[in-house]
Amino acid sequence: MFTFAIKRFAVAIPTLFILITLSFFLMQMAPGSPFTGDFNMPPEILANLEAKYHLNEPLWKQFAYYLSDLLHGDLGPSFKYKDYTVNELVAQSFPVSLTIGSIAFVITVIMGVGLGTLAALKQNSWVDYTVMTFSMVGVVLPSFVIAPLMVLAFAVVLPWLPAGGWNDGSWQNMVLPVAAMAILYVAAVARIMRSSMIETMNSNFIRTARAKGLPNSHIIFKHALKPSLLPVVSYLGPAFVGIITGSVVIETVFGLPGIGQHFVNGALNRDYSLVLGLTVIIGALTILFTAIVDILYGLIDPKIRVGR
Amino acid sequence: MSNEPILKVRDVKVHFPIHKAKKWPWDKAPMLKAVDGVNIDLYAGETLGVVGESGCGKSTFARAIIGLVKATEGQIEWNGKNIVGLSEKDMNEVRKDIQMIFQDPLASLNPRMTIGDIIAEPLRNYYPETPKAEVLQRVREMMTKVGLLPNVINRYPHEFSGGQCQRIGIARALILKPKLIICDEPVSALDVSIQAQVVNLLKEIQKEMGLSLIFIAHDLSVVKHISDRVLVMYLGNEVETAKSEPMYADPRHPYTKALLSAVPIPDPKLERAKEIELLEGDLPSPISPPSGCVFRTRCPIADASCAKDRPILSDLGQEHYVACPKAL
Repeated sequence: MFTFAIKRFAVAIPTLFILITLSFFLMQMAPGSPFTGDFNMPPEILANLEAKYHLNEPLWKQFAYYLSDLLHGDLGPSFKYKDYTVNELVAQSFPVSLTIGSIAFVITVIMGVGLGTLAALKQNSWVDYTVMTFSMVGVVLPSFVIAPLMVLAFAVVLPWLPAGGWNDGSWQNMVLPVAAMAILYVAAVARIMRSSMIETMNSNFIRTARAKGLPNSHIIFKHALKPSLLPVVSYLGPAFVGIITGSVVIETVFGLPGIGQHFVNGALNRDYSLVLGLTVIIGALTILFTAIVDILYGLIDPKIRVGR
Repeated sequence: MSNEPILKVRDVKVHFPIHKAKKWPWDKAPMLKAVDGVNIDLYAGETLGVVGESGCGKSTFARAIIGLVKATEGQIEWNGKNIVGLSEKDMNEVRKDIQMIFQDPLASLNPRMTIGDIIAEPLRNYYPETPKAEVLQRVREMMTKVGLLPNVINRYPHEFSGGQCQRIGIARALILKPKLIICDEPVSALDVSIQAQVVNLLKEIQKEMGLSLIFIAHDLSVVKHISDRVLVMYLGNEVETAKSEPMYADPRHPYTKALLSAVPIPDPKLERAKEIELLEGDLPSPISPPSGCVFRTRCPIADASCAKDRPILSDLGQEHYVACPKAL
């Protein structure tokens, strides 16, 4: 198991390198520069600026600089927010996205798995149909529809909650973004969970468990839950990164100072180092969590562990 | 052997509604008659063999006894008490005494549990107060009994062969010291040599523990080897029941005759000389079975009268029953 984990992480490193390389050069291919803006800069100043950020040197050298900085944990200065480094911007915004995301994630796991299991056990009853209708709606409606609708309903028509803003993380400000985010994932997880639970409940070893005389609750929790969770785990691993790094749409709708919002502004402002830095962070997290999922798989299913 | 049967099955039927076959939602769903009237008496220490071709309701019948499917009609008496329609909780009490082993040995074991846990689970479930050391000791005892080395206790099912998996299944069924084990085609997924081992193991254990067995198979030679009594089923119906010897020596029902004539003889000369009564046609659909005798569409001796009434079981004496008025 340990060697399997080591091997899995070793494979992740070249993947990460390819990701960084690709993002770096794609970023360079984009037209324009952060300093070509609304006003014309004198060429001397532009040259100075470019020298400061090593932009006058050949590409491979820029890449080498970037890599060496990255190895020291430095994502470089932001081109647009001149007083900040990318590290500082991430350090400011990441906690916001992480808080919203973690709560949404916990809700997703509990409600998604719970509703999916319930629907599977009461297959083709009104419980099942209700849950599946809800998840169909949740999966089909994009977050840029759900989020404004929720603002309309619970902030404008019924003035219970603030329409947006962070307000140092007071719970009122968190309810709507968390809910908007969770709906999508709860719906997806409930659907996956339902179908895999139905499949497991029809399998031979569940029949054996019944014939052994085990009570229903024991059959569900001890025998059926673990194998049914496999597809959910493989969906949630990569999705987890998307959840905690913040949804671009939801943070924009609710005006939250999270990572997603920096992504949008960075792209609009041609703040290359910011966008690149965020891409690298999210990419690295995605690779990390995919690896963790693979290892979790081994823990859940002994068949995968053996033979590697 | 006592005179009272431990298991008494009277006219048990298992019908499934086929909702997909409905044209309109308010239509009545047609019924699939998986089991349509079966009677058996099983005495302590006896083995009942159940035979019939695929789809004749053998497995459904077995599952109805242990309550995995609900019997629609009829009575199943376990030690004099009707167990049809019991709640899941009361049924679990009965399952202390009736255990079941299944056809596909590997798929019937939870792939995420070690075999030690699999075998111990019934014990932990019914007697949670049993000390750990005693559970472990019982598991090792059972493993030895079924011919597994106790040192493989921490392995997972996929590390074993089919025959070994079936032994694990048997050990799991035995650990509660049940009175009846229902074996649903326990050997049909195994090689012939392994089949013999597993069947002989079941026989030995039966003798040692005084178990009753219900042994389902479509291989008549295997059934002959192990059974005291044989039930022949066709399309959910009981066709013929008798003690093993009279059944094999003097089959009465045309279906039983055809089945027995199809058993291969392990001698090429005799096998070539043998006359096989081939049955024509396919098994009719259990959703709309033929009127009267369900076997008449394939029966060599059927005539117009067979389409009228459903044949009743007639007693030929010596506990030999047959459901064919022409076979008397």
